Amino acid sequence: MRALTVKGVRIDDTFAEAFGMRATAVIITADSIRWARQAALTMAGFATSVIGCGCEAGIDGDLTPAQTPDRRPGVRVLLFAMSTAELQKQLQTRVAQCVLTSPGSACYAGLDGGEALRLGNALRYFGDGWQISKRFGSKHYWRIPVMDGEFVCEATTGLTKQAVGGGNLLIMGRTAPATLAAAEAATAAIAKVPDTITPFPGGIVRSGSKVGSKYKGVPASTNHAFCPTLRGAVETALDPDAACVLEIVIDGLTSDAVAVAMAAGIAAVIKLGPKRGAVRISAGNYGGKLGPHHYHLRGLLP
Amino acid sequence: MRPLVLTLRGRPDQRLDLAPLVPHRLVGMTAAEIERIELQTTRRRVVLADIFRLQMGDAATIRIEASCDRLDRIGQEMTDGEITVEGNIGVRAGRLMSGGRLTVRGSVGPWAASGMKGGTIEIFGDAGDRLGGPIAGETAGMRGGVVVVHGAVGERAGDRMRRGTIVVEGDAGSYAGSRMIAGTLVVAGRSGPLAGYLMKRGTIVLGRTADGLSPTFIDCGVHDLVTTRLMADFIGGYSARAARLFRRSLRRFAGDMATLGKGEIFSRT
Repeated sequence: MRALTVKGVRIDDTFAEAFGMRATAVIITADSIRWARQAALTMAGFATSVIGCGCEAGIDGDLTPAQTPDRRPGVRVLLFAMSTAELQKQLQTRVAQCVLTSPGSACYAGLDGGEALRLGNALRYFGDGWQISKRFGSKHYWRIPVMDGEFVCEATTGLTKQAVGGGNLLIMGRTAPATLAAAEAATAAIAKVPDTITPFPGGIVRSGSKVGSKYKGVPASTNHAFCPTLRGAVETALDPDAACVLEIVIDGLTSDAVAVAMAAGIAAVIKLGPKRGAVRISAGNYGGKLGPHHYHLRGLLP
Repeated sequence: MRPLVLTLRGRPDQRLDLAPLVPHRLVGMTAAEIERIELQTTRRRVVLADIFRLQMGDAATIRIEASCDRLDRIGQEMTDGEITVEGNIGVRAGRLMSGGRLTVRGSVGPWAASGMKGGTIEIFGDAGDRLGGPIAGETAGMRGGVVVVHGAVGERAGDRMRRGTIVVEGDAGSYAGSRMIAGTLVVAGRSGPLAGYLMKRGTIVLGRTADGLSPTFIDCGVHDLVTTRLMADFIGGYSARAARLFRRSLRRFAGDMATLGKGEIFSRT
């Protein structure tokens, strides 16, 4: 399966298998970038995997005042879910509990066109009759009186059905610190790719899973083939020199964005090299039968 | 592309109804057909060729030159395209317009933009009374679009306005924004007494301090709101002078409490 070695890092001849998802985006602004990020982080909290959180969410990137509708610093947040109904529910509850509540915040559509998801149209009822509708050109905003002034929220945001979830890289190293350094380099590179997020903590997963379990009713369990402490006891996927595996999961608004992000991640790991970082890169798949999107590592090399 | 040009031969001896001269009606007509369009408002029949010299061109862009205040209903029910007028015009310019652009390099009479639904009207001179307002029997005035007046406006600008934006760079007469249902009215100059009289909802922004407001407007204090940034950004695309009003914190008055009371007037502190 091992195809080639680039600058001392072994790249498996395999592919990441990913699924179609529904996604949306919002722009959160505040008086300072610190508070825009705070609202965004809170909204994207507990949104690592659709399996347990209902959606996957993360910060796409910071926006300068020139890039936001109200000319204040802002952050773009992406949200991914398996159905339009679930995406609508997650968007509504998360903006209501995490953005509406955050000091000085405002919330705008981060995606144009396509079907619309209710944003301010759903939250306006918090105004208890004192909410104000404003239309400027093609834009429709709701102003909801709150204790620090007004919460301004665009009426709707866009939905895309072209989104992809589950692009991934498995990064293997000789020590845990070196592997973490490689994974951090990869997530830092991926963070710069627009229209993508890495929903896990800091963009990194240490508990990769497989489908199913020996226990009834448990849908996913630890990916034992990649657990270094079980090497020897089970049929392992690890080489003798691997002591740690970290995974990066990537969601993107388009399939191309996921491919660009994976390529950026691989390039960053290779650039760090096997001495300071990872010795091998692989990717997770289910044999190619479950997900329609396949990203072959071979085609993503720098 | 060459515009279709209509040059007024002289001041007409009756008021004329120019409602038929809108791009979507003229596109596809020949010069001879256009010259036979009737424009009279009295029993004496007048066709276009009696009044204007026609220079044929693409009717999506119409220019009316040497205009005078007896030309009424220019751009009425216009849906797209562009009309540019050199000179003053009469009543109901751009009434019920739903798209396109009407530019007047002169002044307009009363009821300009009356019941307008969409598009843009820019008036370089002054506008008469009831800019955007309803005519008798109608329940709502302007319902969408943008009107920019670089000069002054008469009484009751934005009367019964429901949606859309009116920007007045000069002064406004009394009762600006009277009976507003919603929408946005900005007056950068001085406004007459009783602005926002009986307004239900909507936003009025006044460039001068709000003297002469009805006592049924309640002072809500001075605020620096995100909404005013959005307004400034949108209005700045039409009038830099009006957008300057939003650079500072504004005092908010809620009213008119003599009716629903969910409207607001912002004014300089």
